[in-house]
Amino acid sequence: MVLVLRNYKLRNSRLVPSPFPTTLTGCSKPQILRPFSFQLSPMAAIFQGVGAAAALPSSPSYSFDSNKSVFSPRRSFSVRKGASFAVVRSDGTVNLNPKDRRAQLLISNAVATKADSAAASSSSKPGHELLLFEALLEGLEEEMERDPHVCVMGEDVGHYGGSYKVTKGLAKKFGDLRVLDTPIAENSFTGMGIGAAMTGLRPVVEGMNMGFLLLAFNQISNNCGMLHYTSGGQFTIPIVIRGPGGVGRQLGAEHSQRLESYFQSIPGIQMVACSTPYNAKGLMKAAIRSENPVILFEHVLLYNLKERIPDEDYICNLEEAEMVRPGEHVTILTYSRMRYHVMQAAKTLVNKGYDPEVIDIRSLKPFDLFTIGNSVKKTHRVLIVEECMRTGGIGASLTAAITENFNDYLDAPIMCLSSQDVPTPYAGTLEEVTVVQPAQIVTAVEQLCQ
Amino acid sequence: MATAFSAPKLAAQPFNTISPTSQHKPLISPTAASPFLGSTRKLLRLSSSSQLNLRRRSSGSVFAVSDIVKEKKSTSIPSLLITKEEGLELYEDMVLGRAFEDMCAQMYYRGKMFGFVHLYNGQEAISTGFIKLLKQQDSVVSTYRDHVHALSKGVPARAVMSELFGKTTGCCRGQGGSMHMFSSEHNLIGGFAFIGEGIPVATGAAFSSKYRREVLKEADCDHVTLAFFGDGTCNNGQFFECLNMAALWKLPIVFVVENNLWAIGMSHLRATSDPQIYKKGPAFGMPGVHVDGMDVLKVREVAKEAIARARRGEGPTLVECETYRFRGHSLADPDELRDPTEKAHYAARDPITALKKYLIENNLSGEAELKAIDKKIDELLEDAVEFADESPLPPRSQLLENVFADPKGFGIGPDGRYRCEDPKFTEGTAHV
Repeated sequence: MVLVLRNYKLRNSRLVPSPFPTTLTGCSKPQILRPFSFQLSPMAAIFQGVGAAAALPSSPSYSFDSNKSVFSPRRSFSVRKGASFAVVRSDGTVNLNPKDRRAQLLISNAVATKADSAAASSSSKPGHELLLFEALLEGLEEEMERDPHVCVMGEDVGHYGGSYKVTKGLAKKFGDLRVLDTPIAENSFTGMGIGAAMTGLRPVVEGMNMGFLLLAFNQISNNCGMLHYTSGGQFTIPIVIRGPGGVGRQLGAEHSQRLESYFQSIPGIQMVACSTPYNAKGLMKAAIRSENPVILFEHVLLYNLKERIPDEDYICNLEEAEMVRPGEHVTILTYSRMRYHVMQAAKTLVNKGYDPEVIDIRSLKPFDLFTIGNSVKKTHRVLIVEECMRTGGIGASLTAAITENFNDYLDAPIMCLSSQDVPTPYAGTLEEVTVVQPAQIVTAVEQLCQ
Repeated sequence: MATAFSAPKLAAQPFNTISPTSQHKPLISPTAASPFLGSTRKLLRLSSSSQLNLRRRSSGSVFAVSDIVKEKKSTSIPSLLITKEEGLELYEDMVLGRAFEDMCAQMYYRGKMFGFVHLYNGQEAISTGFIKLLKQQDSVVSTYRDHVHALSKGVPARAVMSELFGKTTGCCRGQGGSMHMFSSEHNLIGGFAFIGEGIPVATGAAFSSKYRREVLKEADCDHVTLAFFGDGTCNNGQFFECLNMAALWKLPIVFVVENNLWAIGMSHLRATSDPQIYKKGPAFGMPGVHVDGMDVLKVREVAKEAIARARRGEGPTLVECETYRFRGHSLADPDELRDPTEKAHYAARDPITALKKYLIENNLSGEAELKAIDKKIDELLEDAVEFADESPLPPRSQLLENVFADPKGFGIGPDGRYRCEDPKFTEGTAHV
């Protein structure tokens, strides 16, 4: 318990009331979740001692004075109307194209953060509001300004600005060589990025859709993952490979792939998945600064999420998970888009009297066994909600890892909700049921908590 | 821009025609019963000057290099292609390559090295001809047949031999092996086991060089990259994709095809619709050159111009070197498919013997001096083997090193600490 809080405090500034609540357009009426104040009081004493400890190198730059009273978070909670879930940051509707009615029906009742904050003037709070793709762009731009060795390569990243606008305006600013429009040759330009990384540059390679990187599997597996080792450590490959993946809106089977399950076995790479503007920017920057090859998974449907993020420079630790909502009854592990389905289900669950703890694992390889383990030790029940296929997905690996390390703490077998092992159908009704829906999550938790 | 077809004599020949003026292989239908012989064609004479000038031709032209070395014995020095020092350097490098590979074979059969070992005997002219023209900062990318490229680039024979023995003093700490020779000091960027996968990496290294010059404003950065690969690779997608990108962005790279006519047991003619690989250069907007890869001086002349072209920023060149490997594809290959006549033909054109003859005939050196070099190399290799033998095997603690440049990549363990801080990690017994 202590360590969980320490986790929040030092690495994950979310516990302390964020001055930057997530606001999403189209929020519905806020719900009051069960206050978690009971967690804080026993911890007060320990908090102070722990606070001063290990400052991990990549903690967010705004840190918290451990001498401040622990109860100040609680106080500020009561000030906010209907708010006791400041930790719940980025849950809510996806800002979809207003034309997209059907999609809105699907996730329309997502848990929203404080409605009043939507109305509250954004200018009074520090930080700035932006969409997820803008956060990625900002992170990328800042890193490119900071280090002239950072360059971008990919299809349509330059003049077109990126098919999801993540590299918009960069070519004008930095030139055609630094933001390189490549021909359609994934295997070769990924290999080119790797060669450039080995000879001193820090490329960010974009796969227009993660699925296209299947063509680059040779380079990613053999060269990206292995060359540091086979060269005996002589060459580092500080490359970032990023792109949108996941199931979108009726994009068809080939544009709806989840490559994290295919890449996870490759030794020598790290994989992270972003889910909010805050962690998107943080992970992008951390990935670029890392000496290891990092694959950053974005999601096609999350690019228009809006959030207020800090003005100052910050990064998110690549190896850490994110506590989205602390709870007592069950640990729900998720990442990327499924986080929002989980949060929507959490709303229902809270109404039914459950108290789920939601963790966005963020680091798909390696797993943050510390955060996850602490949660398991607290709740003794685990539900994994992922968008990967059932077979050989991230959930499968995570189940194995938890069973191996924390079997004694489990009161029930781990449940894993994954997408069906089918090529994603085009038809909307079928696509809906290939991925995990909030109703299934609610049922699963009820089953788990019996 | 591409004027590939401007030289009618070099235009594509219809199948089954043997043109006396063409310097391409006779295109024999694979179903014909006649055995495939080596190149028996006449060499095409180009300009009278012995120096080849790639610049004068439009960048898309195709031409063949031949007969640069004057056939006539000449006592007048100015017409020679190399000085004595250069000649001896080339000779020594080729002898080193040959002797090293022969030693590898010996060691393999004595059980000192294992796995797949691919030897370079017969192809030394290409490695020496090209790599000896490079600076230290220039990069070389090779394939699994990379021992001699490593040696030519300057990696000590000791380091390469140790790597083959799998010892920790090897150039890659024993973690790479025969097919993965790397040296950051000498800018040898591999060593790749899958064919074709090194070509994009070479393109990336060339891109770095251009980036440094134009974005980072390191004005004097004119590093050139050489990518070596075989005839089989020229049917691979990565080859074509990289030819396109290199020509598109005028990257300082030279694509060197070591066409030894065989991809394990697959004859080049049986695998390729148009076996004239150099013609594929102009299709992408770069010069395509064919050169006799058994003659180090010819290769060197072409290499000089191609490398100079790249240094000037004019872009890539595709050089096809026709050569032959005297041994099988690897030490595990019984080499039964190749015709003994073909092998004999090329054995008679051994590049080392040819250079030796040239040096002696042109009074650049004498038998005694060359023999002394042979002896020196033998001693060097004895020392290398001894060094490798005595070197320690990698300890278990080395297992988890170098997986990540930043070992935090192993993640956070259940106890909250980074797993790389676990003592078992440094012992190599932790399970990742």
